[in-house]
Amino acid sequence: MNEITITIDGKAVQTQEGEFILNAARANGIFIPAICYLTRCSPTLACRICLVEADGKQVYACNSKAKEGMNVVTSTSTIEQEKRAIMEVYDVNHPLECGVCDQSGECELQNYTLELAVDSQSYCIADTFKPAQDWGLIKYDPALCIMCERCITVCKDMIGDGALSTVARGSDAIDPAFKESMPKDAYAMWNKLNKSLIAPNAGDTLDCTNCGECTSVCPVGALVSTDYQYSANAWEHEQIPATCTHCSAGCQISYDIKHTSIADPEDKIYRVKNEWNYVSLCGAGRYGYDFQNSNVTKDAGQFDAAIAAFKKADTIRFTSTITNEEAMILQRLKEKFGYRLINEEARVFKAFLNAYSAISGQSLYSGNLKEVHDSDFVVSIGSALKTDNPNARFAMNNALSMNKGAGLYFHPINDPVINDMSKNVTQFNHAAMMEEAALYLMLDLFGDKAAMPSDVVSYLATFHSTKTVTIEETVDEKVTETVVKKVLNEETGLEEDVNEEVTKTVKKKVSKEVEVDDNRLYDLLNAPAGFADTLIKYLAKKEKFALMVGPDLYSHPNAVNCARLVALIEKYTAFNVTMIPNLSNTLGAALICDLDAAGGSYTIGYNAAGNFTLSALGNGDLDMPALNQQEGTLTSIDKRVNPTNVAVGFGGYTLNDIANALGFNEALTVNYTKQLPVSSGFKAVEFDTLPNYYTNAGEEVRGYLLAVSSVSVNGDESVTRFNESSAMGEGIVYLANPVLHFTPFTAKAHQLKGTGGLYASAAFMSANGVKDGDRVRVKTAQGEIVVNVIADGKIDGEIPYLPTFDTQINSGALFDGYRFATVSIQKA
Amino acid sequence: MHVEPFTDRNVSEQSAYYYVDIEEYPVTGWDKFKQVVKRSLKGELFIGLWIVMREMIKFDIHTVKYPMEKLPIGPRYRAVHKLLRLWESGFERCIGCGLCEKICISDCIRMDTRIDENSRKEVTEYSINLGRCIFCGYCAEVCPELAIVHGERYENASQQRAHFVIKDDMLTPLDLLVSGQQKDYPGFGSITPHEDERVAKTPLAY
Repeated sequence: MNEITITIDGKAVQTQEGEFILNAARANGIFIPAICYLTRCSPTLACRICLVEADGKQVYACNSKAKEGMNVVTSTSTIEQEKRAIMEVYDVNHPLECGVCDQSGECELQNYTLELAVDSQSYCIADTFKPAQDWGLIKYDPALCIMCERCITVCKDMIGDGALSTVARGSDAIDPAFKESMPKDAYAMWNKLNKSLIAPNAGDTLDCTNCGECTSVCPVGALVSTDYQYSANAWEHEQIPATCTHCSAGCQISYDIKHTSIADPEDKIYRVKNEWNYVSLCGAGRYGYDFQNSNVTKDAGQFDAAIAAFKKADTIRFTSTITNEEAMILQRLKEKFGYRLINEEARVFKAFLNAYSAISGQSLYSGNLKEVHDSDFVVSIGSALKTDNPNARFAMNNALSMNKGAGLYFHPINDPVINDMSKNVTQFNHAAMMEEAALYLMLDLFGDKAAMPSDVVSYLATFHSTKTVTIEETVDEKVTETVVKKVLNEETGLEEDVNEEVTKTVKKKVSKEVEVDDNRLYDLLNAPAGFADTLIKYLAKKEKFALMVGPDLYSHPNAVNCARLVALIEKYTAFNVTMIPNLSNTLGAALICDLDAAGGSYTIGYNAAGNFTLSALGNGDLDMPALNQQEGTLTSIDKRVNPTNVAVGFGGYTLNDIANALGFNEALTVNYTKQLPVSSGFKAVEFDTLPNYYTNAGEEVRGYLLAVSSVSVNGDESVTRFNESSAMGEGIVYLANPVLHFTPFTAKAHQLKGTGGLYASAAFMSANGVKDGDRVRVKTAQGEIVVNVIADGKIDGEIPYLPTFDTQINSGALFDGYRFATVSIQKA
Repeated sequence: MHVEPFTDRNVSEQSAYYYVDIEEYPVTGWDKFKQVVKRSLKGELFIGLWIVMREMIKFDIHTVKYPMEKLPIGPRYRAVHKLLRLWESGFERCIGCGLCEKICISDCIRMDTRIDENSRKEVTEYSINLGRCIFCGYCAEVCPELAIVHGERYENASQQRAHFVIKDDMLTPLDLLVSGQQKDYPGFGSITPHEDERVAKTPLAY
């Protein structure tokens, strides 16, 4: 894209060619009112209030692209009349209940009404009865709705659920007299508004992944959180800038806190807010905020027991739901006392990264989610995308819908959410263990065969064969006919028959035998019929390619080979690779800690099983602060070190206290921020200097990016062939969490509370004769558990999954590393 | 009012000021003993009692017999707050908008709200910390529903400060409302007279 200069209200503004005028203005601090526009989504053109004059012509700033030398004027007398009339129309019949409305002043309708000084009303129409609706986690009050359609837009263009649409409002027609008297755009906007309302596509309630982003983008109090409704006013909250701690996306959030009640002055988190123009949250981030370890006091006896346990222990087992600083403390403890650090999922991720680096020559993967947003061909391999990292799913959906993109999704479990993203997405529901085949297919389809290692090329060639197929083709055929025409003879005045030859083109179907290339990888991956043709369509005019690989590959028995294949894909194809870390800070833990494969005899468990347990969940031998009670940094999928702050207080001991008792001397945990290993890409900066915000231009100013260093490579690019017979066919179970859950911490949040079970699709339940709520015995080679069956409408196919968020279900014990296991499921 | 008497500090024989003849305070032990004996035997106590008796018989008393009798206070006086009810329905006027909480400059108002069974915003608890309250009246002025007003109760003595300022104390009891004893307040925070003429009407063509 080219840098161009346009003039807005006499001010020269630098922007990209093709950028919308509105975004160019916003990035340069020029105010243009806009209600329906959402950055990163398509312009809706519902509000029409962003009217500007570009080169003397009235246009909408949200959908007009900037051109070199364009002269934009944001205010003329006609524009001002239009804007004023639009705001008057928005105020028609809007209930005067601002005093109790949940938006409590954070209202764009209020703001713009005041901004445009609307002090009288010229328009009117009979109101209709629109009862409030309860959609579960969300409530909708159509009386307050101003039909900006931002909820519909974000749900479709960003989230990918497409769960909302407009329905008829059932209102009277607008008095025709207004058509003459009103400004044109205001009338058109009113006409549209007066015909529609928002409704869920599924009928009375929402059928979606409950991200709640619609409530976040709602400019008025029409869509609100059921739990938050009427519990507080927006201005009472202190906003704590933080980073979501549930998955590796590391979304920027703010915890809105206030005292609990008149009787209880302790701070409580009331809700989570996000900068919806630049970051979209999933439901776990939005509703799973109150996972703090509360009512903890300092118990010196327990602390002494912990110190004694540390003196006795030779192993520390921990999960990746910790900050970088805590990981650093653990590493320091290891250096001083020689503990073995056990964190299996971070260890396999690190091993995967190292194997990748050995070929790619880079310490870290090259991509990030921003690149996925900007790409137009997205591939995901080895990840249950919507639950492993919802933001990766949003990025894929956003790329598909905004950039006219196409995508491929390789996963054994069929995901209807992926299908709903776009018409141009194909799911490969391959057998488990066939991830390597998917990676080989990527090399086969997109690799630069001239540059690739010759043994890979020759191996790929073994999958190809030529076969002859009969196809029906439509051919244009020219047919010449003789027709008799009556022509008037001017001399005689009589009609005469004249023979005339006419050539016509006729479409004709012919059968033809052609030789086509047959790619056996397609069959191995269960590609849909005719995929080769589909792919040609997909690849038309595609420029930016993004590949996301997920946790299925890290825990794969042949993980090293997978990593090497990923590195080859990055090297020999146009794909930009992003790896999805399993948990919130898997990347940080992997980079900071020197992890061991096997533990010793006496284990300290930090949020994990052990002989002595430190737990932020409140069920251990010593209470630890949860991540919303700590300051520190988390390393995200975007290779960014994001700061997070204390939302609610904690009265007990922290890991730093233990470290100090064991001979370290740092007053605060965040003193370790500047000690994070520079060799792994961290920077030696003070925690307090780390920013955490987005600029008006959408630039992410948060923490810092990890430095990617180059790693020496030995030129060995050999990869092993995959074993077709290792494919796990029927009767397998997957280890994943349902929508809205990641860890026991999400299960602790009061809005998400619930027990886990065996999540199964309708197809699985009918095939196995079980129904929702049945108790079943799930048995693998590793062990067995008895759980309830839970119907999951957001998966298809016959592979059920077991969750990790429910501590009552020891699902991890059923799996041998890899996320799939052969299983027998019987009614208990 | 003339300020002259206050500004003239030139104490002289011509001025209204004069020196009171004050006995020397006893210093030695003997002098103190003499003063005690003199006061006890001379009956100074009865002099005081006689003056009271004399004034009582005169029936010319200007003293307000507080607490039996109280002076009326101006409608704009800002005393301890009250929460009022709607006349017709008896519902609480307070809608829980929180504006009083927001405007309070000494940050002494707090309320707890929730969504009730009828999907309305209900104020479950309301409190004013009178230890902090400076009786500025902003809360009454900002209240859009004339729900919180300053009442006439200016006696702030009790065993506990909290006795005045929890919701049950401030809210008009229903029996008093029914018997018409809730005073709608003409003073601070009430709507100004002729408000109707000043409001621009919204067109209603149907």
